[in-house]
Amino acid sequence: MLALTLPRRTWAHGVPAGWKLAALALASAFLFPVDNLWVLSAALLAVVVLHLFTGRDVLRYALWMMRPIVFFAAIIGIYHLVTWDIAAGTAIVLRMLLLVGLANFVTMTTALDSMIAVIEWLLQPMRRIGVNTHAIGLAIAMVIRFTPALVQKGSALIESWRARSAKRPGWRITIPVCLLALDDAEHISEALRARGGLATRTRT
Amino acid sequence: MERNLTFIALFAALIAALGLLPKFTLMSGIPITAQTLGIMLCGTILGAKRGALAVVLFLVLVAVGLPLLAGGRGGLGVFTTPWAGFLFGWPVAAYATGLVVEKWRAGDLGLIAGVASVIGGIGVLYAIAIPYYMVGADKGLVEATITMLPFVPGDLIKCVLAGVVTKAIWKARPEAVLSRG
Repeated sequence: MLALTLPRRTWAHGVPAGWKLAALALASAFLFPVDNLWVLSAALLAVVVLHLFTGRDVLRYALWMMRPIVFFAAIIGIYHLVTWDIAAGTAIVLRMLLLVGLANFVTMTTALDSMIAVIEWLLQPMRRIGVNTHAIGLAIAMVIRFTPALVQKGSALIESWRARSAKRPGWRITIPVCLLALDDAEHISEALRARGGLATRTRT
Repeated sequence: MERNLTFIALFAALIAALGLLPKFTLMSGIPITAQTLGIMLCGTILGAKRGALAVVLFLVLVAVGLPLLAGGRGGLGVFTTPWAGFLFGWPVAAYATGLVVEKWRAGDLGLIAGVASVIGGIGVLYAIAIPYYMVGADKGLVEATITMLPFVPGDLIKCVLAGVVTKAIWKARPEAVLSRG
């Protein structure tokens, strides 16, 4: 399964993921209450420059990731054109593009395993209160492994539906897809238990 | 323990798969994704606690940068829009849906699951998403509600489907419907 990370390394990949996430949280907290159009425009320009500095392809990829946001920005823009409250509308759209752009930049330049490492680090205090953090790591790995498997099996179901019926596959296909997930879950839990289960591994 | 974990993980994968399956819409002509149906099913089949955990797990994977939301979206950016209230509301919605199914034992499971989905997947979810949008996009209550209104008919269809699917699963695999276990 493809992640949303850039296919090549940039300088930003070298920055520790925890720093990037902390910087993103700080920047978002500072920028959220800002209404001044000049400050917002300058910040947005800075984000674009940050992308360009990292690479032209980075900016292109970022714009591609922005596609769904453009639709929502258009709705807000049209509303504010109708109510003739253009300054407020521009501020909302600029702030949205800014926050989403910054967040996407972190996503693009942080490898999946470094992100998961940050989650494990954040979960550490929970270990002291008795939460099995190993189980959480295992659950994350299982979702990454089984999502494409389920999509593949579901696609096979849709194909066989189309081979037998003139009608398009509709909501009915969700029932066998759910059953596939449930049966997989039963099998995997048995396999886990047969290999010693979760309890034995946490003791080490 | 192992069974709880694998059910939570596989349902997180199911939410993703329902949003990603190609050439598949719930109603022909209307592009309703099945992803929120997945959220409801987490509650009706796994129950409150496990259902909510499955949704949280799914959102964690979206946040770390996997394109698992319908349409292949993902990453931290999706959590910074004014519509992110829906995402943050999903685990609560699944919890509420599951709680209703767990507590309401008498009667037809399909009906119960459908009503539970309306309470959790529409009532609770919009009670979180609308105020979030009001703050995020700086709007009033009326305007925020009007913006969300077009999504409600599709959500109602999904509630009916959640009831039908839950009942079908109950018939095929009664031992797997953990909300009734």
